Amino acid sequence: MQQLAATVQARAKPWIRDVVPALGGIALHYDPDHPDVHGDALEAAAILVQECMKEEAVAEEAPARTVEVPVCYEREFAPDIEEVARQVKLDLAEVARLHAAGEYRVLMIGFAPGHAYMSGLDAKLAVPRRATPRALVAPGAVAVANEQTVIYPYAISGGWSVIGRTPVAVFDAAREAPSLLAPGDRVRFRPISADEFMALKK
Amino acid sequence: MSVRVLRPGLLTTLQDHGRQGLQHVGLCPGGAMDPVALALANALVGNEAGEAALEITVIGPELSFEEDALVALCGAEFDGSFPHNRPVLAPAGSRFNVGHAARGARAYLAVAGGFAVAPVLGSRSTYLPGHFGGFQGRSLKHGDALELRDPGASGRFAKLKKTRNGTVKWSAPPFTLPDREPILVHVLEGQHFASFDSNAQRSFFDTVWKIAPESNRMGFRLTGPALVRSEQSEILSGPTALGSVQVPANGTPIALMADHQTTGGYPRIAEIVSADVARLAQLAPGGTVHFARCDLGMAAELRHDSKERLSAALRGIAWNYGQ
Repeated sequence: MQQLAATVQARAKPWIRDVVPALGGIALHYDPDHPDVHGDALEAAAILVQECMKEEAVAEEAPARTVEVPVCYEREFAPDIEEVARQVKLDLAEVARLHAAGEYRVLMIGFAPGHAYMSGLDAKLAVPRRATPRALVAPGAVAVANEQTVIYPYAISGGWSVIGRTPVAVFDAAREAPSLLAPGDRVRFRPISADEFMALKK
Repeated sequence: MSVRVLRPGLLTTLQDHGRQGLQHVGLCPGGAMDPVALALANALVGNEAGEAALEITVIGPELSFEEDALVALCGAEFDGSFPHNRPVLAPAGSRFNVGHAARGARAYLAVAGGFAVAPVLGSRSTYLPGHFGGFQGRSLKHGDALELRDPGASGRFAKLKKTRNGTVKWSAPPFTLPDREPILVHVLEGQHFASFDSNAQRSFFDTVWKIAPESNRMGFRLTGPALVRSEQSEILSGPTALGSVQVPANGTPIALMADHQTTGGYPRIAEIVSADVARLAQLAPGGTVHFARCDLGMAAELRHDSKERLSAALRGIAWNYGQ
Protein backbone atom coordinates (compact mmCIF):
# COMPACT_ATOMS: atom_id res chain seq x y z
CA MET A 1 0.00 0.00 0.00
CA GLN A 2 2.84 2.40 0.92
CA GLN A 3 4.57 1.52 -2.35
CA LEU A 4 1.41 2.11 -4.35
CA ALA A 5 0.89 5.48 -2.64
CA ALA A 6 4.46 6.51 -3.51
CA THR A 7 3.91 5.52 -7.15
CA VAL A 8 0.64 7.48 -7.36
CA GLN A 9 2.25 10.45 -5.60
CA ALA A 10 5.19 10.39 -8.06
CA ARG A 11 2.79 11.02 -10.94
CA ALA A 12 1.93 14.34 -9.23
CA LYS A 13 -1.49 14.92 -10.78
CA PRO A 14 -2.54 18.48 -9.94
CA TRP A 15 -6.17 17.47 -9.34
CA ILE A 16 -5.19 14.94 -6.66
CA ARG A 17 -4.81 16.72 -3.31
CA ASP A 18 -3.89 13.84 -1.06
CA VAL A 19 -2.81 10.23 -1.43
CA VAL A 20 -3.41 8.37 1.83
CA PRO A 21 -2.23 4.78 2.17
CA ALA A 22 -3.80 2.78 5.00
CA LEU A 23 -3.77 -0.89 5.94
CA GLY A 24 -7.28 -1.45 4.66
CA GLY A 25 -7.06 0.58 1.46
CA ILE A 26 -5.76 3.69 -0.21
CA ALA A 27 -7.54 7.04 -0.54
CA LEU A 28 -7.13 9.54 -3.34
CA HIS A 29 -8.67 12.86 -2.30
CA TYR A 30 -9.26 14.79 -5.49
CA ASP A 31 -10.95 17.88 -6.85
CA PRO A 32 -13.50 16.60 -9.38
CA ASP A 33 -13.90 20.10 -10.84
CA HIS A 34 -10.19 20.75 -11.44
CA PRO A 35 -9.55 22.01 -15.01
CA ASP A 36 -7.05 19.17 -15.59
CA VAL A 37 -9.75 16.55 -15.12
CA HIS A 38 -11.07 15.39 -18.44
CA GLY A 39 -14.25 13.37 -18.16
CA ASP A 40 -15.18 11.54 -14.99
CA ALA A 41 -12.72 12.13 -12.12
CA LEU A 42 -13.53 8.86 -10.33
CA GLU A 43 -12.86 6.88 -13.49
CA ALA A 44 -9.61 8.77 -14.09
CA ALA A 45 -8.54 8.06 -10.49
CA ALA A 46 -9.36 4.36 -10.82
CA ILE A 47 -7.37 4.09 -14.07
CA LEU A 48 -4.44 5.91 -12.46
CA VAL A 49 -4.38 3.48 -9.52
CA GLN A 50 -4.61 0.46 -11.83
CA GLU A 51 -1.70 1.74 -13.92
CA CYS A 52 0.38 2.36 -10.81
CA MET A 53 -0.34 -1.12 -9.50
CA LYS A 54 1.22 -2.57 -12.66
CA GLU A 55 4.24 -0.29 -12.47
CA GLU A 56 7.47 -1.33 -10.80
CA ALA A 57 8.42 0.41 -7.56
CA VAL A 58 9.47 3.98 -8.35
CA ALA A 59 12.10 4.37 -5.70
CA GLU A 60 14.45 2.14 -3.81
CA GLU A 61 13.12 1.67 -0.32
CA ALA A 62 15.22 3.75 2.06
CA PRO A 63 17.01 1.69 4.73
CA ALA A 64 14.87 1.49 7.85
CA ARG A 65 15.72 3.93 10.65
CA THR A 66 15.46 2.86 14.25
CA VAL A 67 13.73 5.37 16.52
CA GLU A 68 13.83 5.00 20.30
CA VAL A 69 10.78 6.33 22.13
CA PRO A 70 10.81 6.72 25.93
CA VAL A 71 7.56 5.56 27.59
CA CYS A 72 6.35 5.80 31.17
CA TYR A 73 4.12 2.84 32.07
CA GLU A 74 3.29 3.98 35.61
CA ARG A 75 -0.37 3.83 36.50
CA GLU A 76 -1.05 7.59 36.43
CA PHE A 77 0.19 7.61 32.81
CA ALA A 78 -1.67 4.44 31.85
CA PRO A 79 -5.44 4.74 32.48
CA ASP A 80 -6.28 1.43 30.79
CA ILE A 81 -3.34 -0.74 31.89
CA GLU A 82 -5.31 -2.45 34.68
CA GLU A 83 -8.17 -3.30 32.35
CA VAL A 84 -5.74 -4.65 29.73
CA ALA A 85 -3.91 -6.68 32.40
CA ARG A 86 -7.24 -8.16 33.52
CA GLN A 87 -8.28 -8.95 29.95
CA VAL A 88 -5.01 -10.72 29.07
CA LYS A 89 -4.57 -12.21 32.56
CA LEU A 90 -1.13 -10.77 33.29
CA ASP A 91 0.08 -8.42 36.02
CA LEU A 92 0.75 -4.73 35.33
CA ALA A 93 4.55 -5.03 35.32
CA GLU A 94 4.38 -7.91 32.84
CA VAL A 95 2.14 -5.88 30.48
CA ALA A 96 4.68 -3.03 30.57
CA ARG A 97 7.64 -5.39 30.20
CA LEU A 98 6.16 -7.20 27.19
CA HIS A 99 5.23 -3.93 25.52
CA ALA A 100 8.72 -2.44 25.96
CA ALA A 101 10.41 -5.66 24.84
CA GLY A 102 8.77 -5.61 21.42
CA GLU A 103 10.44 -4.66 18.14
CA TYR A 104 8.01 -2.57 16.20
CA ARG A 105 7.65 -1.47 12.60
CA VAL A 106 5.64 1.56 11.46
CA LEU A 107 2.97 0.27 9.09
CA MET A 108 1.26 3.57 8.35
CA ILE A 109 0.68 7.10 9.59
CA GLY A 110 -2.97 8.00 9.96
CA PHE A 111 -5.93 8.95 12.11
CA ALA A 112 -4.17 12.02 13.57
CA PRO A 113 -0.99 13.98 12.73
CA GLY A 114 2.12 11.81 13.19
CA HIS A 115 -0.02 8.99 14.60
CA ALA A 116 1.88 5.80 13.66
CA TYR A 117 0.36 2.34 13.55
CA MET A 118 3.07 -0.11 14.56
CA SER A 119 3.13 -3.88 14.18
CA GLY A 120 5.13 -6.14 16.48
CA LEU A 121 2.97 -6.13 19.61
CA ASP A 122 3.28 -9.37 21.56
CA ALA A 123 0.19 -11.46 20.79
CA LYS A 124 -0.28 -11.86 24.56
CA LEU A 125 -1.19 -8.15 24.74
CA ALA A 126 -3.71 -8.16 21.90
CA VAL A 127 -7.02 -6.70 23.06
CA PRO A 128 -9.87 -5.46 20.83
CA ARG A 129 -10.58 -1.74 20.39
CA ARG A 130 -12.63 -0.18 23.16
CA ALA A 131 -16.38 -0.38 22.58
CA THR A 132 -16.74 3.33 23.37
CA PRO A 133 -13.86 5.58 22.30
CA ARG A 134 -12.46 7.80 25.05
CA ALA A 135 -13.53 11.43 24.59
CA LEU A 136 -9.94 12.55 25.23
CA VAL A 137 -6.62 10.75 25.58
CA ALA A 138 -3.47 12.48 26.88
CA PRO A 139 -0.92 13.78 24.34
CA GLY A 140 1.74 11.11 23.86
CA ALA A 141 -0.58 8.33 25.11
CA VAL A 142 0.77 4.92 24.07
CA ALA A 143 -2.07 2.52 23.32
CA VAL A 144 -2.66 -1.01 22.11
CA ALA A 145 -5.28 -2.96 20.15
CA ASN A 146 -5.21 -6.03 17.90
CA GLU A 147 -1.45 -6.80 17.93
CA GLN A 148 -0.62 -3.18 17.12
CA THR A 149 0.49 -0.19 19.12
CA VAL A 150 0.07 3.54 18.54
CA ILE A 151 1.11 6.87 20.07
CA TYR A 152 -1.55 9.59 20.21
CA PRO A 153 -0.01 12.97 19.30
CA TYR A 154 -2.51 15.23 21.07
CA ALA A 155 -5.42 15.22 23.46
CA ILE A 156 -7.93 13.70 21.02
CA SER A 157 -10.68 11.14 21.03
CA GLY A 158 -9.31 7.60 20.72
CA GLY A 159 -10.57 4.03 20.80
CA TRP A 160 -7.45 2.09 21.85
CA SER A 161 -6.41 1.06 25.38
CA VAL A 162 -3.83 3.44 26.86
CA ILE A 163 -1.02 1.61 28.70
CA GLY A 164 1.67 4.33 28.86
CA ARG A 165 2.72 7.79 27.79
CA THR A 166 5.74 9.34 26.05
CA PRO A 167 7.02 12.87 26.72
CA VAL A 168 8.26 13.10 23.10
CA ALA A 169 6.23 15.10 20.53
CA VAL A 170 5.31 12.74 17.69
CA PHE A 171 4.06 15.69 15.59
CA ASP A 172 5.44 19.22 15.70
CA ALA A 173 4.23 21.65 13.01
CA ALA A 174 7.36 23.79 13.56
CA ARG A 175 9.77 20.88 12.92
CA GLU A 176 11.19 20.46 9.41
CA ALA A 177 9.75 16.96 9.31
CA PRO A 178 6.63 17.48 11.46
CA SER A 179 6.06 13.74 11.93
CA LEU A 180 8.59 11.93 14.20
CA LEU A 181 7.88 8.59 12.55
CA ALA A 182 7.47 7.48 8.94
CA PRO A 183 6.20 4.24 7.42
CA GLY A 184 8.92 1.57 7.51
CA ASP A 185 10.68 2.95 10.62
CA ARG A 186 11.73 0.50 13.32
CA VAL A 187 10.67 1.59 16.80
CA ARG A 188 11.81 0.54 20.27
CA PHE A 189 10.22 1.69 23.50
CA ARG A 190 12.43 2.53 26.49
CA PRO A 191 10.64 2.34 29.86
CA ILE A 192 11.11 5.49 31.96
CA SER A 193 10.04 6.57 35.43
CA ALA A 194 7.52 9.32 36.17
CA ASP A 195 10.43 11.59 37.22
CA GLU A 196 12.23 11.00 33.95
CA PHE A 197 8.98 11.67 32.09
CA MET A 198 8.69 15.05 33.81
CA ALA A 199 12.35 15.87 33.12
CA LEU A 200 12.04 15.00 29.41
CA LYS A 201 8.73 16.83 29.08
CA LYS A 202 10.41 20.16 29.98
CA MET B 1 -4.70 48.39 13.49
CA SER B 2 -6.25 45.58 15.41
CA VAL B 3 -9.46 43.93 16.55
CA ARG B 4 -9.75 43.55 20.30
CA VAL B 5 -11.62 40.69 21.95
CA LEU B 6 -13.88 41.95 24.75
CA ARG B 7 -15.69 38.63 25.12
CA PRO B 8 -14.50 35.53 23.22
CA GLY B 9 -17.80 33.68 22.77
CA LEU B 10 -18.11 29.90 23.09
CA LEU B 11 -15.53 28.87 20.48
CA THR B 12 -14.14 31.52 18.16
CA THR B 13 -11.23 30.48 15.95
CA LEU B 14 -9.54 31.68 12.78
CA GLN B 15 -10.33 29.36 9.88
CA ASP B 16 -9.58 29.50 6.17
CA HIS B 17 -10.05 26.93 3.41
CA GLY B 18 -7.72 24.50 5.18
CA ARG B 19 -4.39 22.76 4.54
CA GLN B 20 -4.22 20.32 1.66
CA GLY B 21 -1.69 17.63 0.91
CA LEU B 22 -0.77 16.48 4.43
CA GLN B 23 -3.22 13.67 5.01
CA HIS B 24 -0.44 11.12 4.41
CA VAL B 25 1.21 12.34 7.66
CA GLY B 26 -2.16 12.18 9.38
CA LEU B 27 -3.08 15.87 9.21
CA CYS B 28 -6.63 16.57 8.03
CA PRO B 29 -7.35 19.60 5.83
CA GLY B 30 -9.39 21.25 8.61
CA GLY B 31 -10.50 24.80 7.85
CA ALA B 32 -13.97 26.30 7.97
CA MET B 33 -16.75 23.88 8.95
CA ASP B 34 -19.00 25.79 6.52
CA PRO B 35 -16.78 26.84 3.60
CA VAL B 36 -19.80 28.22 1.71
CA ALA B 37 -20.50 30.82 4.41
CA LEU B 38 -16.75 31.57 4.61
CA ALA B 39 -16.59 32.25 0.85
CA LEU B 40 -19.63 34.57 1.02
CA ALA B 41 -18.28 36.51 4.01
CA ASN B 42 -14.95 36.99 2.25
CA ALA B 43 -16.60 38.10 -0.99
CA LEU B 44 -18.69 40.68 0.87
CA VAL B 45 -15.53 42.43 2.08
CA GLY B 46 -13.54 41.89 -1.11
CA ASN B 47 -11.24 39.13 0.15
CA GLU B 48 -10.18 35.98 -1.68
CA ALA B 49 -12.66 33.13 -1.07
CA GLY B 50 -10.20 31.16 1.08
CA GLU B 51 -8.98 34.02 3.31
CA ALA B 52 -9.07 33.37 7.07
CA ALA B 53 -12.10 34.65 8.99
CA LEU B 54 -13.35 34.20 12.54
CA GLU B 55 -15.45 31.06 12.88
CA ILE B 56 -18.03 31.84 15.56
CA THR B 57 -19.80 28.95 17.27
CA VAL B 58 -23.26 29.14 18.91
CA ILE B 59 -22.36 32.01 21.30
CA GLY B 60 -20.74 34.95 19.58
CA PRO B 61 -17.93 37.21 20.74
CA GLU B 62 -17.92 40.91 21.49
CA LEU B 63 -15.23 42.74 19.54
CA SER B 64 -14.00 46.29 19.24
CA PHE B 65 -12.31 47.82 16.22
CA GLU B 66 -9.47 50.31 16.65
CA GLU B 67 -9.94 51.83 13.22
CA ASP B 68 -12.63 51.78 10.56
CA ALA B 69 -12.95 48.22 9.27
CA LEU B 70 -15.15 46.67 6.62
CA VAL B 71 -16.63 43.46 8.02
CA ALA B 72 -19.23 40.85 7.07
CA LEU B 73 -20.92 38.10 9.06
CA CYS B 74 -22.27 35.07 7.14
CA GLY B 75 -23.61 31.67 8.08
CA ALA B 76 -25.70 31.19 11.22
CA GLU B 77 -28.06 33.97 12.27
CA PHE B 78 -27.17 35.43 15.64
CA ASP B 79 -29.43 37.62 17.74
CA GLY B 80 -28.05 41.02 18.58
CA SER B 81 -27.74 44.04 16.37
CA PHE B 82 -25.17 42.76 13.92
CA PRO B 83 -26.48 42.88 10.31
CA HIS B 84 -26.05 39.50 8.60
CA ASN B 85 -24.89 38.66 5.10
CA ARG B 86 -24.02 42.28 4.30
CA PRO B 87 -20.85 44.35 4.24
CA VAL B 88 -20.84 46.59 7.31
CA LEU B 89 -18.49 49.43 8.12
CA ALA B 90 -17.33 49.11 11.71
CA PRO B 91 -16.29 52.65 12.65
CA ALA B 92 -13.16 53.19 14.75
CA GLY B 93 -13.87 52.53 18.42
CA SER B 94 -17.13 50.67 17.70
CA ARG B 95 -18.14 47.55 19.56
CA PHE B 96 -19.73 44.55 17.95
CA ASN B 97 -21.72 42.13 20.03
CA VAL B 98 -22.57 39.03 18.01
CA GLY B 99 -24.99 37.42 20.52
CA HIS B 100 -26.40 33.86 20.45
CA ALA B 101 -27.15 31.72 17.40
CA ALA B 102 -30.87 31.84 16.58
CA ARG B 103 -30.68 29.70 13.41
CA GLY B 104 -27.68 27.60 12.45
CA ALA B 105 -24.58 27.08 14.60
CA ARG B 106 -21.59 28.70 12.92
CA ALA B 107 -20.98 32.11 11.39
CA TYR B 108 -17.92 33.63 9.74
CA LEU B 109 -16.77 37.15 10.44
CA ALA B 110 -14.52 38.32 7.62
CA VAL B 111 -12.61 41.59 7.77
CA ALA B 112 -11.43 43.39 4.63
CA GLY B 113 -7.74 42.69 4.08
CA GLY B 114 -7.71 39.63 6.33
CA PHE B 115 -6.05 38.84 9.64
CA ALA B 116 -2.29 39.20 9.96
CA VAL B 117 -1.30 35.76 11.26
CA ALA B 118 1.46 33.62 9.78
CA PRO B 119 0.32 30.53 7.91
CA VAL B 120 1.42 27.21 9.45
CA LEU B 121 1.92 24.32 7.02
CA GLY B 122 0.24 26.37 4.32
CA SER B 123 -2.88 27.57 6.12
CA ARG B 124 -4.11 30.13 8.66
CA SER B 125 -6.65 27.67 10.05
CA THR B 126 -6.57 26.92 13.76
CA TYR B 127 -6.01 23.23 14.40
CA LEU B 128 -7.17 23.01 18.00
CA PRO B 129 -6.00 19.47 18.86
CA GLY B 130 -2.46 20.30 17.69
CA HIS B 131 -2.41 23.80 19.20
CA PHE B 132 -1.11 25.34 15.96
CA GLY B 133 -2.32 27.63 13.19
CA GLY B 134 -4.70 30.59 13.41
CA PHE B 135 -4.23 32.89 16.38
CA GLN B 136 -1.62 31.21 18.64
CA GLY B 137 -3.09 27.80 17.83
CA ARG B 138 -6.11 28.33 20.05
CA SER B 139 -9.59 29.81 20.28
CA LEU B 140 -9.84 33.50 21.15
CA LYS B 141 -9.69 34.73 24.74
CA HIS B 142 -10.70 37.93 26.47
CA GLY B 143 -8.09 40.62 25.82
CA ASP B 144 -6.64 39.17 22.60
CA ALA B 145 -5.71 41.72 19.95
CA LEU B 146 -5.73 40.45 16.36
CA GLU B 147 -3.76 42.47 13.85
CA LEU B 148 -5.29 43.14 10.43
CA ARG B 149 -3.29 43.00 7.22
CA ASP B 150 -4.64 45.81 5.08
CA PRO B 151 -6.97 48.26 6.80
CA GLY B 152 -7.02 50.41 3.65
CA ALA B 153 -9.26 47.86 1.96
CA SER B 154 -12.32 49.30 3.71
CA GLY B 155 -12.16 52.20 1.24
CA ARG B 156 -14.06 50.11 -1.30
CA PHE B 157 -17.14 50.36 0.93
CA ALA B 158 -17.39 54.07 0.08
CA LYS B 159 -18.52 53.11 -3.43
CA LEU B 160 -21.64 51.33 -2.19
CA LYS B 161 -25.10 52.85 -1.90
CA LYS B 162 -25.98 52.67 1.76
CA THR B 163 -29.08 52.62 3.91
CA ARG B 164 -29.60 54.63 7.09
CA ASN B 165 -28.14 51.97 9.39
CA GLY B 166 -24.81 52.02 7.62
CA THR B 167 -25.10 48.89 5.54
CA VAL B 168 -26.52 48.09 2.10
CA LYS B 169 -29.98 47.08 0.89
CA TRP B 170 -28.94 43.82 -0.68
CA SER B 171 -27.63 40.74 1.08
CA ALA B 172 -25.95 37.42 0.33
CA PRO B 173 -28.22 34.35 0.52
CA PRO B 174 -27.97 32.03 3.56
CA PHE B 175 -27.38 28.83 1.56
CA THR B 176 -26.42 26.49 4.34
CA LEU B 177 -28.91 27.39 7.10
CA PRO B 178 -31.56 24.87 8.15
CA ASP B 179 -35.06 26.00 7.08
CA ARG B 180 -36.62 23.42 9.31
CA GLU B 181 -35.37 20.42 11.21
CA PRO B 182 -34.68 17.62 10.74
CA ILE B 183 -32.50 18.67 7.83
CA LEU B 184 -32.15 16.22 4.96
CA VAL B 185 -28.60 15.09 4.19
CA HIS B 186 -27.71 12.87 1.23
CA VAL B 187 -25.36 9.95 1.69
CA LEU B 188 -23.74 7.22 -0.37
CA GLU B 189 -23.65 3.74 1.10
CA GLY B 190 -20.34 3.38 2.93
CA GLN B 191 -17.75 0.67 2.33
CA HIS B 192 -19.11 -1.43 5.21
CA PHE B 193 -22.84 -0.79 4.71
CA ALA B 194 -23.46 -4.44 3.86
CA SER B 195 -21.89 -5.63 7.12
CA PHE B 196 -24.74 -4.06 9.13
CA ASP B 197 -27.85 -6.14 9.70
CA SER B 198 -31.01 -5.18 7.82
CA ASN B 199 -32.54 -3.53 10.92
CA ALA B 200 -29.52 -1.28 11.27
CA GLN B 201 -29.53 -0.47 7.56
CA ARG B 202 -33.20 0.46 7.76
CA SER B 203 -32.99 2.45 10.96
CA PHE B 204 -30.01 4.44 9.65
CA PHE B 205 -32.34 5.89 7.00
CA ASP B 206 -35.56 5.91 9.09
CA THR B 207 -34.18 7.62 12.18
CA VAL B 208 -34.24 11.31 12.94
CA TRP B 209 -30.73 11.61 14.41
CA LYS B 210 -29.90 14.16 17.06
CA ILE B 211 -26.48 15.86 17.29
CA ALA B 212 -25.03 14.82 20.67
CA PRO B 213 -23.50 17.40 23.04
CA GLU B 214 -20.05 15.76 22.80
CA SER B 215 -19.79 16.79 19.14
CA ASN B 216 -17.01 19.07 17.92
CA ARG B 217 -15.04 20.16 14.87
CA MET B 218 -13.63 16.62 14.61
CA GLY B 219 -16.95 14.80 14.45
CA PHE B 220 -20.66 14.89 15.22
CA ARG B 221 -21.91 12.03 17.38
CA LEU B 222 -25.45 11.10 16.43
CA THR B 223 -27.95 10.06 19.09
CA GLY B 224 -30.50 7.44 18.05
CA PRO B 225 -30.89 3.67 18.02
CA ALA B 226 -27.66 1.63 18.27
CA LEU B 227 -26.62 0.30 14.85
CA VAL B 228 -25.65 -3.35 15.09
CA ARG B 229 -23.36 -5.13 12.67
CA SER B 230 -24.15 -8.67 11.62
CA GLU B 231 -20.42 -9.49 11.68
CA GLN B 232 -18.53 -8.20 14.68
CA SER B 233 -15.07 -8.84 13.22
CA GLU B 234 -12.50 -6.06 13.57
CA ILE B 235 -11.61 -4.29 10.34
CA LEU B 236 -8.25 -2.92 9.17
CA SER B 237 -7.69 0.80 9.53
CA GLY B 238 -8.81 2.36 6.27
CA PRO B 239 -8.87 5.90 4.88
CA THR B 240 -11.68 8.21 5.94
CA ALA B 241 -12.92 11.45 4.43
CA LEU B 242 -14.85 14.56 5.35
CA GLY B 243 -18.42 13.32 5.80
CA SER B 244 -17.61 9.65 6.47
CA VAL B 245 -20.12 8.18 8.94
CA GLN B 246 -18.41 5.57 11.09
CA VAL B 247 -19.98 3.32 13.68
CA PRO B 248 -17.92 2.18 16.69
CA ALA B 249 -18.93 -1.03 18.46
CA ASN B 250 -21.32 0.87 20.77
CA GLY B 251 -23.50 1.48 17.69
CA THR B 252 -23.47 5.29 17.88
CA PRO B 253 -22.67 6.77 14.46
CA ILE B 254 -20.13 9.58 14.19
CA ALA B 255 -20.10 11.93 11.17
CA LEU B 256 -16.56 13.11 10.47
CA MET B 257 -16.27 16.87 10.19
CA ALA B 258 -13.52 19.39 9.25
CA ASP B 259 -10.90 18.28 11.81
CA HIS B 260 -11.58 14.59 11.12
CA GLN B 261 -9.15 11.74 11.46
CA THR B 262 -7.46 10.71 8.20
CA THR B 263 -7.91 6.97 8.76
CA GLY B 264 -10.01 4.87 11.07
CA GLY B 265 -10.75 1.32 12.06
CA TYR B 266 -14.49 1.60 12.64
CA PRO B 267 -16.86 0.43 9.92
CA ARG B 268 -18.20 3.20 7.72
CA ILE B 269 -21.91 2.86 7.12
CA ALA B 270 -22.24 5.93 4.88
CA GLU B 271 -20.45 8.82 3.21
CA ILE B 272 -22.16 12.22 3.28
CA VAL B 273 -22.06 13.89 -0.13
CA SER B 274 -19.70 16.87 -0.24
CA ALA B 275 -22.51 19.30 -1.14
CA ASP B 276 -24.34 18.57 2.14
CA VAL B 277 -21.50 18.66 4.70
CA ALA B 278 -21.66 22.45 5.13
CA ARG B 279 -25.40 22.24 5.95
CA LEU B 280 -24.77 19.54 8.53
CA ALA B 281 -22.06 21.80 10.03
CA GLN B 282 -24.79 24.35 10.73
CA LEU B 283 -26.49 22.06 13.26
CA ALA B 284 -25.74 22.73 16.92
CA PRO B 285 -25.93 19.96 19.55
CA GLY B 286 -29.61 19.02 19.81
CA GLY B 287 -30.14 19.73 16.09
CA THR B 288 -31.71 16.95 14.04
CA VAL B 289 -30.91 15.32 10.72
CA HIS B 290 -32.13 12.44 8.65
CA PHE B 291 -30.30 10.73 5.87
CA ALA B 292 -31.43 10.01 2.32
CA ARG B 293 -29.69 7.49 0.10
CA CYS B 294 -28.25 8.73 -3.17
CA ASP B 295 -25.82 7.50 -5.82
CA LEU B 296 -22.62 8.97 -7.26
CA GLY B 297 -24.46 10.58 -10.16
CA MET B 298 -26.81 12.42 -7.84
CA ALA B 299 -23.94 13.38 -5.53
CA ALA B 300 -22.18 14.96 -8.51
CA GLU B 301 -25.38 16.83 -9.45
CA LEU B 302 -25.81 18.12 -5.91
CA ARG B 303 -22.19 19.26 -5.89
CA HIS B 304 -22.61 20.94 -9.25
CA ASP B 305 -25.83 22.70 -8.15
CA SER B 306 -24.39 24.02 -4.90
CA LYS B 307 -21.27 25.24 -6.71
CA GLU B 308 -23.43 27.01 -9.31
CA ARG B 309 -25.55 28.64 -6.61
CA LEU B 310 -22.44 29.86 -4.81
CA SER B 311 -20.80 31.22 -7.99
CA ALA B 312 -24.02 33.05 -8.89
CA ALA B 313 -24.11 34.63 -5.42
CA LEU B 314 -20.42 35.59 -5.68
CA ARG B 315 -21.08 37.17 -9.10
CA GLY B 316 -24.00 39.09 -7.58
CA ILE B 317 -21.77 40.47 -4.84
CA ALA B 318 -19.10 41.47 -7.37
CA TRP B 319 -21.81 43.18 -9.47
CA ASN B 320 -22.97 45.21 -6.48
CA TYR B 321 -19.42 46.38 -6.02
CA GLY B 322 -19.42 47.40 -9.68
CA GLN B 323 -16.66 44.99 -10.68
